[in-house]
Amino acid sequence: MVGSIAAIGMGLAVIGAGIGIGNIGAKAMEAIARQPEAVGDIRSNMILMAALVEGAALIAIVVSFLVANPN
Amino acid sequence: MSIKTLFTLVFLFFGGLLLAGSGDQHDHGHDGHDHDTHEAHEDHSGGHELSCEHASFGHHGEFDAGATAFHHISDANVYSIGPLQMPLPCILYNNRDGALHMFLSSEFGFDNLGHGDGNYAFNGYVLDGGTVRMIADPEFPMDKTEIKGIIHDDENNAYVCVGDRMYGTYAKSTADFGLFGGGITPFYDFSITKNVVSMIIVFLFMLWMFLKIAKAYKLREGQAPKGLQSFIEPIFVFIQDEVCKPFLGDKYLRYQPFIMTLFFFILGLNLFGQIPFLGGSNVTGNLAFTAVLAIFAFFVTNLSGNKHYWEHIFWMPGVPAWVKTILTPVEVLGVFIKPLTLMLRLFANITAGHMVIIIFVSLIFIFSQNGESMVGGLGTVIPSGLLSLFMMSIELLVAFIQAFVFAILTASYIGAAIEDHHHEAAH
Repeated sequence: MVGSIAAIGMGLAVIGAGIGIGNIGAKAMEAIARQPEAVGDIRSNMILMAALVEGAALIAIVVSFLVANPN
Repeated sequence: MSIKTLFTLVFLFFGGLLLAGSGDQHDHGHDGHDHDTHEAHEDHSGGHELSCEHASFGHHGEFDAGATAFHHISDANVYSIGPLQMPLPCILYNNRDGALHMFLSSEFGFDNLGHGDGNYAFNGYVLDGGTVRMIADPEFPMDKTEIKGIIHDDENNAYVCVGDRMYGTYAKSTADFGLFGGGITPFYDFSITKNVVSMIIVFLFMLWMFLKIAKAYKLREGQAPKGLQSFIEPIFVFIQDEVCKPFLGDKYLRYQPFIMTLFFFILGLNLFGQIPFLGGSNVTGNLAFTAVLAIFAFFVTNLSGNKHYWEHIFWMPGVPAWVKTILTPVEVLGVFIKPLTLMLRLFANITAGHMVIIIFVSLIFIFSQNGESMVGGLGTVIPSGLLSLFMMSIELLVAFIQAFVFAILTASYIGAAIEDHHHEAAH
């Protein structure tokens, strides 16, 4: 039971990160289309931002993992 | 054929197999057995359903994809190249007799060709799933003892069987303080494990490669790069231009060696872990390893932090005092959360990738009902191979991206710590 709830929590965390990273990707694509010469800057900033969003989701995933395996 | 059609076909194929498989399952009499285990589980009397009657080595009963995946991503005291198993030195210390035991893991008597754990206990230690466990019972004979098998309960506790008697064991000794199960154990495993060997191999390879390239730059000064030099130079210049210069500013040369070491070491280990049948070591997917990298990043960041960095953490300028009371704890937490996410990101990405590949390969064993159904097994070989291939190419990309992300984030943390304060007006 605890494991299932933890799994749901993990799924919820992934939804949030998915929306966040999706937005970052979409806006980065848009920015590259508008200004193709800035592709280098945009790409590295996109990866940086995606990594930061991912970090929040990872903490949630690890917490749910720890809750699911209490021993 | 478009990718979409291909995927649709693959999923339809699996759906069909799943339906066919579920029809078969009722013929076997396994269902009743499962219920017994669950009921007996209510009383925590130690042994409950477990008994040494059926204990033996080798894979028997139901195929457990999750356990297989965890076994393959975890560290081991044997190094397996394909079917070949090579013994590694074990260095073990325990609190009970206070002695340091050093021996080769071949003392456990595993087959050099195959996939077993060996059927001997040595010095009160056994090999379980490739990793050393210590037998908890002090009465257990300390010399080389033949054992009948190792059985596991639902909570991943292992019991060693000698004759019909069961001996409990301690959890595996891991450097993550048992964060993922086990807790702190009464014995410490300092062995040269599979991960350590892979790390040494990659370290020596990197040393050889970069010394060779450095020599090439001296010998061929002013000439175009050649061979290995021309392969590494674009990668090096890319990290220098994309990571070091923009984030670290004028003093980038001071921190560049650290960033480059991080990048190339992580990249090398990521790619080394990707090579099939060559040990399949999962070093960058090991929490202890990523923790060490993150601790390095933590110390380099905070020890090089200037006055403005600490001022922004403890007493953020330009905001009202009541906001500072909220901001300061958040910023202080942020100092520790940054390396924590650095550690978890690399660990989770690499581990998840490895696990997905193993699960895809496991599909063959799931659909063939662990060798009972020939049709299911043969039918899944090609889709499973294609899915694994797809996942491995994604992993190749992830190996580069994660090494890059680790480097860029470390550089941005260091950059924020050493930044000169020239945006005073903004506050």
